[in-house]
Amino acid sequence: MVDFLTSTIGLSGWLAWTVAATVSAVLILNVIAGGALVFIWAERKVSARIQDRLGPTRTGGRFGWLQSLADGIKLLAKEDLMPEGADGMLFRLAPYVSFCASFCAFIALPFAFDVVGQRLNVAVFFVVAVLGLEVFGVILAGYASASKWSLFGAMREAAQVVSYEVPLGMCVVVPVMLAGSMDMVTIAEKQAGWFWNWYVFHDPFTFVIFWVYVTCAVASVNRAPFDLAEAESELVAGFHTEYSGLRWSYFFMAEYGSMFLVSAMAAVLFLGGWNGPMPVAAILGFSEGTGDTAPYLVRLLGLANLVGKASLGVIIMMWIRWTLPRLRIDQVMTTCLKYCTPIAAVMFAGAMLWQIGLPGGLIPGAGRPGGEIREGWLEGPGGRAAAPPAADESRDVAQVAP
Amino acid sequence: MMPTIPIAELLAGGVLPLAAINFHTLFFLLFAAVACGAAVAVVAADNVVRMALYLVLSLAATAGLFFLAGAEFVGAMQLMIYVGGTLVLLVFGVMLTAQAPFVTMKSAGGDRLLAGFVGVALLAMLVLAGLSVPSWRQPASGAVPEPTATPLGMALVGVRVDQPPAGQPEDAVRSGYLLPFEIVSVHLLVVLVGAAYLARAKRRKTPRAIEVAASVEPPEAVAEHAAIGRTRAAASVLTGESA
Repeated sequence: MVDFLTSTIGLSGWLAWTVAATVSAVLILNVIAGGALVFIWAERKVSARIQDRLGPTRTGGRFGWLQSLADGIKLLAKEDLMPEGADGMLFRLAPYVSFCASFCAFIALPFAFDVVGQRLNVAVFFVVAVLGLEVFGVILAGYASASKWSLFGAMREAAQVVSYEVPLGMCVVVPVMLAGSMDMVTIAEKQAGWFWNWYVFHDPFTFVIFWVYVTCAVASVNRAPFDLAEAESELVAGFHTEYSGLRWSYFFMAEYGSMFLVSAMAAVLFLGGWNGPMPVAAILGFSEGTGDTAPYLVRLLGLANLVGKASLGVIIMMWIRWTLPRLRIDQVMTTCLKYCTPIAAVMFAGAMLWQIGLPGGLIPGAGRPGGEIREGWLEGPGGRAAAPPAADESRDVAQVAP
Repeated sequence: MMPTIPIAELLAGGVLPLAAINFHTLFFLLFAAVACGAAVAVVAADNVVRMALYLVLSLAATAGLFFLAGAEFVGAMQLMIYVGGTLVLLVFGVMLTAQAPFVTMKSAGGDRLLAGFVGVALLAMLVLAGLSVPSWRQPASGAVPEPTATPLGMALVGVRVDQPPAGQPEDAVRSGYLLPFEIVSVHLLVVLVGAAYLARAKRRKTPRAIEVAASVEPPEAVAEHAAIGRTRAAASVLTGESA
């Protein structure tokens, strides 16, 4: 984008950087805020369908589509309360901490090929690290509220998130291992083509680990059945008992933002990212290289694909929430320590052995695409693309054929 | 080619000397100021949770410095290990001070004096050491290779793929970091097993409660709770029951 701004529009360097950064930031902010608006409406509709309740029907005419907007106005107009005994600074700061963590993680998330705030070489690691910080705001909120319910909720959340980071990390490592890169753009590009190239269908182990990832992702964003931090039947509203108005809504924007984020990450890591089930663009003859508009069309299609997959993930989370009862804290811990972690570890080892034993998949000759995509350190100016083939072999240990 | 927007030239041409600003330096100063300011605030604050908050700010700003320097892997590591580790510190801070609301901690004057002396001495030593390396006085110039974590990861499993240092033949056998990596892994495993052993209660009254407590409390605290028969109380903090 900076290149475009400097060469086509003729902005000077510093202004181009500023404009590019602002555009990215505003777009990401709108994904979170606009997404929350849509998903809150969807949550009501999904819950109404599943539990035979009445969803919004009247606000905004058909389907009650203005309900979220009405909610937003209500939250804006609500009085901003703070308990008398609260630690004022921490109480005010906590929602922003949560929201910032959710926002920062989006910076490294690619929405289509090269449609990414900042393409990081360690994007997967960065997103997992930053997502873990969201709980910080929750603990601050629970502590600063000077309320027992809030403190209970925050402590539960801390215990849960710290535990679930372990299996989540193990699940995330498997696609990283298969792609040989922590760059999300590279990982998604390696799954291009038909849907059987997706990592979820790579081998039986990745199929299982995908479902472990889904479980851990739901737990790590505190959605039911793992929403012990707010458990309204026992803790009033958990960590946000004392919050109201706009500050309360920041927590919810952060929650819906994280839901979308972990779903998008599942899409990128396991479900082919922006590559649809059929390589439509390739069949039609579009590619990154042909013509002036084709790359934009391909990316637009990819964007629709990724947002569609991520939204589907969010809808599935809602489906789970309104179907399953909430777990007890000891059941949450058992699920993590006794089931998710060992399963993830075994599946990780299995996927590794599969990669060594059957690197080409079950069907011989049906090579996987993107095998030739290598990282910059081999082809770059400092790399050794011109190295003699004899010396090259020692470097391909990760993809050794039997 | 679209016409250039005059306002850009206007701004760059002297109305505002913005073009003179080096964004890299600007962000460096910003992150450095946040890191140092928050570090001072950690010392100055007297509430343990506020201290943890300032510590997180300081460490996150340091991660920002790493990202600014192009060391993405180290930056993400900093976020994961240090900032995430402070999170656990915060949990313990809350748990240990939760008896009374917002416990404040005041240190004695002598302690402050001593700590100040040690801190200034350490800072002076670091500054002197930093300034004594001639090559660190100017920014690095020339082509910087694209930073990636792959060579590091490959080196950790024993394969070196990065460029050999000048003067060394291309195909010389260079050892990776497999042995240190394995030693550290085994060490961590020993610590893990040891912690689990220490956390095991001798007298199992309520196994379920011990298990829950063990999953979130430090092993010493759990052993102590079990020893004085307060396991149920520790667990009830989590389950929300009245003890």
